[in-house]
Amino acid sequence: MEKFVELQGVGKSFDSRKGRFVALRDVNLTIRQGEFVSLIGHSGCGKSTVLNIVAGLYDPNAGIALCGGREIDGPGPERAVVFQNHSLLPWLTCYGNIYLAVEKVFGQRENKAQLKARCEAALALVNLSHASDKYPHEVSGGMKQRVGIARALAMEPKVLLMDEPFGALDALTRANLQDELVKIVEATQATVVMVTHDVDEAVLLSDRIVMMTNGPAATVGEILEVALPRPRDRLALANDSAYHGYRSAVLEFLYQKHLRPAA
Amino acid sequence: MQAIKHEASVVSGTEGKTVEQKLAARAASKRRFPSLESADTSPAVRLLVQAIKTVVPPLLGLALLVLVWAVVAKSRGGLPGPLSTWESAKLLFADPFYQNGPNDQGVGWNILNSLGRVGIGFGMAALVGIPAGFILGRFAFVSAMFAPVISLLRPVSPLAWLPIGLLVFKAANPASIWVIFISSVWPMILNTAAGVRAVPQDYLNVARVLRLSELKVFTTILFPSVLPHVLTGVRLSIGVAWLVIVAAEMLTGGVGIGFWVWDEWNNLNVEHIIIAIFVVGLVGLLLEQALILLARRFSFGQGV
Repeated sequence: MEKFVELQGVGKSFDSRKGRFVALRDVNLTIRQGEFVSLIGHSGCGKSTVLNIVAGLYDPNAGIALCGGREIDGPGPERAVVFQNHSLLPWLTCYGNIYLAVEKVFGQRENKAQLKARCEAALALVNLSHASDKYPHEVSGGMKQRVGIARALAMEPKVLLMDEPFGALDALTRANLQDELVKIVEATQATVVMVTHDVDEAVLLSDRIVMMTNGPAATVGEILEVALPRPRDRLALANDSAYHGYRSAVLEFLYQKHLRPAA
Repeated sequence: MQAIKHEASVVSGTEGKTVEQKLAARAASKRRFPSLESADTSPAVRLLVQAIKTVVPPLLGLALLVLVWAVVAKSRGGLPGPLSTWESAKLLFADPFYQNGPNDQGVGWNILNSLGRVGIGFGMAALVGIPAGFILGRFAFVSAMFAPVISLLRPVSPLAWLPIGLLVFKAANPASIWVIFISSVWPMILNTAAGVRAVPQDYLNVARVLRLSELKVFTTILFPSVLPHVLTGVRLSIGVAWLVIVAAEMLTGGVGIGFWVWDEWNNLNVEHIIIAIFVVGLVGLLLEQALILLARRFSFGQGV
């Protein structure tokens, strides 16, 4: 499959009051179309920075970032982001939040009924049709995150970027949403880049796991191909030796080769 | 592995015990202190108990106030007691809207005139203060530019502005409106600016990913996000304005609750002054409550 997202020698530093902080250096990464890639690493390793560069929210200081063969120049709906803390607008209903995105992306070409159908389809995809008219503060954390995913998917992005999408949820809700995400990704064949610090999540969902070294000046340490057959089933994998092999490979990287010194 | 399992069962065992103990303790305490709210009372009774619980403490507080007032009035000859004030209030509110010339009008007219001045002064302050707050919050340079000016002028007592108003406008009424304006503009500027600065970066990132236009960003993200802060500013401003109007009218005269207080002082009609104090308090309370309701309507679960 073709290279779809490509980072070549990407570096990023931030100017702070204490001087220059180099977050990333020399990051090289290619992502194929339809691939699910996880970025994993200890906190502060710059994995969110990589995601934000692909999203276009940050400009790299060095190297180039390409998407679909074109240089990434600012954020745009073809690279939809599911934010860590859902980032739904509290004054819009779940439906309204999705409609805002759908209207912006498709509003010029489609009529109201088509836009409405898109929003309803997106809500149905995450099993939230019943919460359509609820405001974000009226639904649970897991539901908010699902609306965030529905909003991103409704834009029909070329790449779905997820920044620790399930980080703020309890373990059971997280597992449910991961299973839903597996189904959605299989149904939509989306290209996904996900930042996580959950090893099981990374192995369960990814085609490849990109393991990052510790910051400052973090870069790609190792890349692990996860060749588990799809569809993947959480219960079946619990006793699967290949699954445990991948799991311990990631753990070994994180806790043996690149253990973060106690802050 | 075995050891861990064992430990886990021990932990859950003690947990179970504490829960049981808690339940037992709760049951025991219920037996000792049978509560009116226990499950077997009917909903009507529970509602009544709830109503009593919410109504009785405030009523007791007000009763205490009246009692202290009565005691003080008894010991100090000049101060009218609650009863004579009540009699006087009944007469006063029997005809609140009479007109006997410019300096002798019903209490209703006085209140309405004061509210009118507050409304105009406050309205102009909102027209200036809220947009100014948006600009100050949006542009750090402008904010840094005006910070010393605001810090310098804000602590000034509102009445210190009255002579300036009299000098510039050469009339009492615009001067007191000016005082309301200048005293109520600061909370709106500062709160709006703080609200703009507090717009979560996440919301702005959503706007960037969607590539929303500047206008759309303002109407769908900036404005609703800042609105609760604006309403806080409005509430503080109304409070200040209503505080200031009494003092301003005492000095400038004309029809108004402040002038009325001063007029009744000159007439030595102390009952009316006490009535005015209650009326001013009540109107202020109503304004505040109305704005709290409004703020709650637009808080969207963010808490105000």
